[in-house]
Amino acid sequence: MSNELNLSEGLQKTIKNLTETFPDKIIEVYQSSGDTFVRIEADSLIDICSHLKNELHFIYLSDVFGIDRYTSDERFEVVYNLLNLRDRVRLFLKIRCDEENPEVDSATPVWKAASWNEREVYDMFGIQFRNHPDHRRIFMPEDFEYYPLRKEFPLLGIPGSIELPSTTPETE
Amino acid sequence: MKLTDIQSKVHSTFFKEHQKKLYQSLEDKHTTIEELDDGDPLTTKMVLNMGPQHPATHGVLRLVLQLDGETIEKTKIDIGYLHRGVEKIAENKTYQEFMPYTDRMDYLSPYSNNVALCTAVEKIANVEVPERAHYIRMIGCELARISSHLLWLGTMVMDAGAISFFIWTFKEREKIYDIMDRIGGHRFTISHARIGGVANDLTDEAMGSIKEFVEMFPKELKDYHKLLDRNRIFFDRNEAVGVLKTEDALQIGATGPMLRGSGFALDVRKFSPYARYNEVEFEVPTRLEGDNLARYYVRMEEMSESIRIIKQCIDKLPKGPVRTDNAKQAYPSKDEVYYSMEGMIHDFMMTDTGICPPEGAECYHAVESPKGELGYYIQSDGTGHPWRLKIKAPSFTNLQVLEDILDGEMVADTVVIIGGVDPVLGEADK
Repeated sequence: MSNELNLSEGLQKTIKNLTETFPDKIIEVYQSSGDTFVRIEADSLIDICSHLKNELHFIYLSDVFGIDRYTSDERFEVVYNLLNLRDRVRLFLKIRCDEENPEVDSATPVWKAASWNEREVYDMFGIQFRNHPDHRRIFMPEDFEYYPLRKEFPLLGIPGSIELPSTTPETE
Repeated sequence: MKLTDIQSKVHSTFFKEHQKKLYQSLEDKHTTIEELDDGDPLTTKMVLNMGPQHPATHGVLRLVLQLDGETIEKTKIDIGYLHRGVEKIAENKTYQEFMPYTDRMDYLSPYSNNVALCTAVEKIANVEVPERAHYIRMIGCELARISSHLLWLGTMVMDAGAISFFIWTFKEREKIYDIMDRIGGHRFTISHARIGGVANDLTDEAMGSIKEFVEMFPKELKDYHKLLDRNRIFFDRNEAVGVLKTEDALQIGATGPMLRGSGFALDVRKFSPYARYNEVEFEVPTRLEGDNLARYYVRMEEMSESIRIIKQCIDKLPKGPVRTDNAKQAYPSKDEVYYSMEGMIHDFMMTDTGICPPEGAECYHAVESPKGELGYYIQSDGTGHPWRLKIKAPSFTNLQVLEDILDGEMVADTVVIIGGVDPVLGEADK
């Protein structure tokens, strides 16, 4: 699969190592606009992440974010933006999960940096992270019950979903 | 201190569930700070709320500190007071329409944000940018870096107790605002970059003021060094305060001057050069100590490196167009719009539909903003609006670091450490 791709030397090694170590866990490897994306089975996330970190020097987690694909199966996607500081390689790891009860493993045991980013994904898309040390919303208050970046959430918001102070001053 | 004690004292009017969970998470936070002896008469445990309206929190940052006497036992940070949902807004705007929103993200360095968005769109839509535009962008970005670092310097020194310093750095910031005014017609939210280039060429007046600034600023910088480098009060307030070790910094994902102050020279301008950063010479200032003083030195040196880059850009500035001449990719020039029919139609089409990257394409492009790695991830569905646009904000990442490094510090150092981290809440809260 990786033969068709135009990969740098560092990426080639990484992809080769990954496909050899986890032959049935890698679903696809593709490139778009010069960035390399690896889609993997959601259940092997922790194994692949630890392997990437410990064996392939991806010690720096830059970002984690969610995507709403708005499809009937495997609706949500979680993307991990990883950096290999030794070989100057950036790699994107993708997992997908279903709309019903979206739940994936948390990458916080591997990279501590994932904590706030995963909270953001939970806040915006409602994807639950198993074994997350501090599983709360991050931008919206806990009392808010919607997930704003899902495609069905209206741009104008939902009236009455956030409690606001009354504009008339209280008189006693 | 137990949660029940806090709950009985807090009577929150709004978002009761939110407050409860925040205090719960503070109680649950694992800490390695040793508790003081109960027999000590100075031991008073309390929970202190700082912000979101505290003047020293640089915006609407809220800290919940659990104190033991004067020592911070553990901290929780509550952000989101400035959450406007720009990623949702982006999905409903064309790429060019979204650019003014990026100005209001990191409002201390709008130029870097514009360039970050433009480079990402150019990468996904394969737009060629003229040489001259690259150099103008680099000059703008470096001026924005100096402007942002000047604000950091002024406020951080003010947090440490010196008020007048703030006025001096703002005097220099004012000059940068004037330059921005001459470059793009706006002082603050400049929006000068365009997809495919920049809005307009540098005028002679703008060029003159940039040259003047580049000549004068190193002298000012020298004065700042003279005032602070051997200043006993400044040293004592900053040395060995808020220490972040290299391994911890990498593990928690610190970025920008935070990471470089902790001894790892990661700079996107060197890691994956964009614009023409591979054609200019500059160093990446790095310190090993990881304390607030190290961050001070890193940012101060970055300012002189920025001056060095601007000087080289002025020398190398090539002649030529400042925006790509492809009406399907970028706005036509105003001359064309006013005097030709095609120009007007293209201008209308660019405003109405905008640039359409290929369907299913996705890309990530990062630039080195003054705060660290600022990246845009764009996924396209073939229309003029992005399907998903994600902003990797450096302040957000650095605030997560703040939650860790505050533990075990003195409560009086909190404002200095926040100043050293230099967060901008407009960016962190999106």
